[in-house]
Amino acid sequence: MSSQTIATPDLPLAPPPTFWNSPGLRRFRRHKLAVFGAAAIIVMTLACIFGPMLLPYSDTFIDIRQRFAPPFSGPHVLGTDPLGRDILARLLMAGRISLAVGFSAMLISMAIGVCIGLIAGFYEGVIGSALMRFVDAMLCFPSIFLLLAISALIEPSVPSIVLLIAMTSWMEVARVVEAQIRSLRTRDFAVAAVSMGSSNTRIMFRELLPNAVAPIVVAATLNVAHAILAESYISFLGYGIQPPTPSWGNMLENAQSYLTSAPWLAILPGAAITLAVTSFNFVGDGLRDALDPRMDSH
Amino acid sequence: MGAFLLRRLLQSLGLLLIVSVIGFAILHLAPGGPLSQFAAGGEMTQADLDRIAEQLGLNRPLPIQYLEWLWRMVRGDWGVSFRDQQPVLHIIGSHIGATLELMLTSTLLAMLIGAWVGILGAIKRYSLFDGLATIGAMIALSIPTFWFGLVVIYVFSVGLGWLPAGNRYTIGDGSFLNQLHHLIGPCIVLALVSTAVWSRYMRSSMLEVINQDYVRTARAKGLPERTILLRHSFRNALLPMITITGLHVPTLLSGALVTETVFTWPGMGRLFLDSISYRDYPVVMGILMFTAVLVLLGSLIADLLYGVADPRIARG
Repeated sequence: MSSQTIATPDLPLAPPPTFWNSPGLRRFRRHKLAVFGAAAIIVMTLACIFGPMLLPYSDTFIDIRQRFAPPFSGPHVLGTDPLGRDILARLLMAGRISLAVGFSAMLISMAIGVCIGLIAGFYEGVIGSALMRFVDAMLCFPSIFLLLAISALIEPSVPSIVLLIAMTSWMEVARVVEAQIRSLRTRDFAVAAVSMGSSNTRIMFRELLPNAVAPIVVAATLNVAHAILAESYISFLGYGIQPPTPSWGNMLENAQSYLTSAPWLAILPGAAITLAVTSFNFVGDGLRDALDPRMDSH
Repeated sequence: MGAFLLRRLLQSLGLLLIVSVIGFAILHLAPGGPLSQFAAGGEMTQADLDRIAEQLGLNRPLPIQYLEWLWRMVRGDWGVSFRDQQPVLHIIGSHIGATLELMLTSTLLAMLIGAWVGILGAIKRYSLFDGLATIGAMIALSIPTFWFGLVVIYVFSVGLGWLPAGNRYTIGDGSFLNQLHHLIGPCIVLALVSTAVWSRYMRSSMLEVINQDYVRTARAKGLPERTILLRHSFRNALLPMITITGLHVPTLLSGALVTETVFTWPGMGRLFLDSISYRDYPVVMGILMFTAVLVLLGSLIADLLYGVADPRIARG
């Protein structure tokens, strides 16, 4: 008992909510898998952009004496393919293509889906229900069947594959947006905008759309995952990105024939696809929680 | 119920009509349109092609051509294959069995495992098992089906030698056991995504049910926990799963196409892919329309079953 100390409680000086500790971002950070996913996406993107410049081999360099080199065995870190090309270099270059296809297909399909959903939700009645029946009808075709049927009509190139994937994946977004807009347009602020004589376009894009951003962002993230997966499916089946341009999907195209002798040819690109798609799905899931204020009580 | 059935049927027919318009549009977008059958060979002059177009009525207005095409589809005349002149419906008929076999068995497997995982996850909410199941389902939904197929072949066929690497049966041995042996691999691969979907929905459906009053009543009556779970909670939690299964048909069909390709399974998906590489447009179109009908049937049946299974829903 030397001296009496009076515990002075730290007064909770709540810091003003900056970006980093805003409630939404806190909910996102609490979602460990989403943080993992976001980190993995950043690392993968950076690796695919800068990685190929740091490697001694280019993705098209044919090292004929090193064909079928297994991973961790020689100068090629992740081994080589049947032509003796460095797998790591090809994985990174393929990543550029696959991730770029995923992002661009997402942007286009979001643009289509948001517009259709917005119009269908705003103009209920004939236009709205006609558009939504079209959405329903498009969803009647299993996605891979539709992708392949149309891919037979087009010259496969990176832009045409992006368009193809976008054209077959905007329907879910349209449904989400339509439901949001339909419930928003009867709210007081929307009715007020109408009574103030705002034009329809202004109400749609300046009043309603900003209030539907949360589900759109979530749908966009999940859409990237879907697009990467779709690209890998059609490229694996031979109707997507054409060699010599590598993509994660077409790297797997001939891997099945070498399954016995060179299994790494199949394992590595598939693992890359799975990692990328899982990451986007985790982030989408985390965003769903983060952007939903009702989740704060949990 | 009768009125509901009628309305739902009419809705489906209406949708099918829109589906047919989209299908017709795709057929006419094909390079050379329906004439590509003859144009592809390169042995015909433009004059020949024009004459055929005249004979087949392809130079008439599109709406009339559409109506004629639709009328033929309705009567079951889906055209003949470019490859061997077989009627399209006949070709689909000879391949659909293998696909249905795969889809039904994998759905069954997915239901068993998915329901079990979902129920356990709901009972032990936020436990280690629940967490792992959540992550596992998320990863399962992200794995490309064809890659999972390759991994299964690598591990169980190449590595362990337990399963055949493909085909529906060994040639010369069509016994039931042999077929079953060949079914295991593709069935597991196709069931992966469905299992993840089932476990997620089963978990949330179960969570909704186990806090209901009648479950508390059952517990208050002193019924054993097992009875409460199986008789009171599980049976009611299954109701929404009818809808999920019905809406899952398109995903299942897409998965079947990929699985059939990896396992050289002689089903409709493989047929579709082969027909595309041959530019066999009548078959491609036929299968596209056929899958759309299957999808519509799936959701229609699910809706009707739901009405039968849940007496609370009075539909008029």
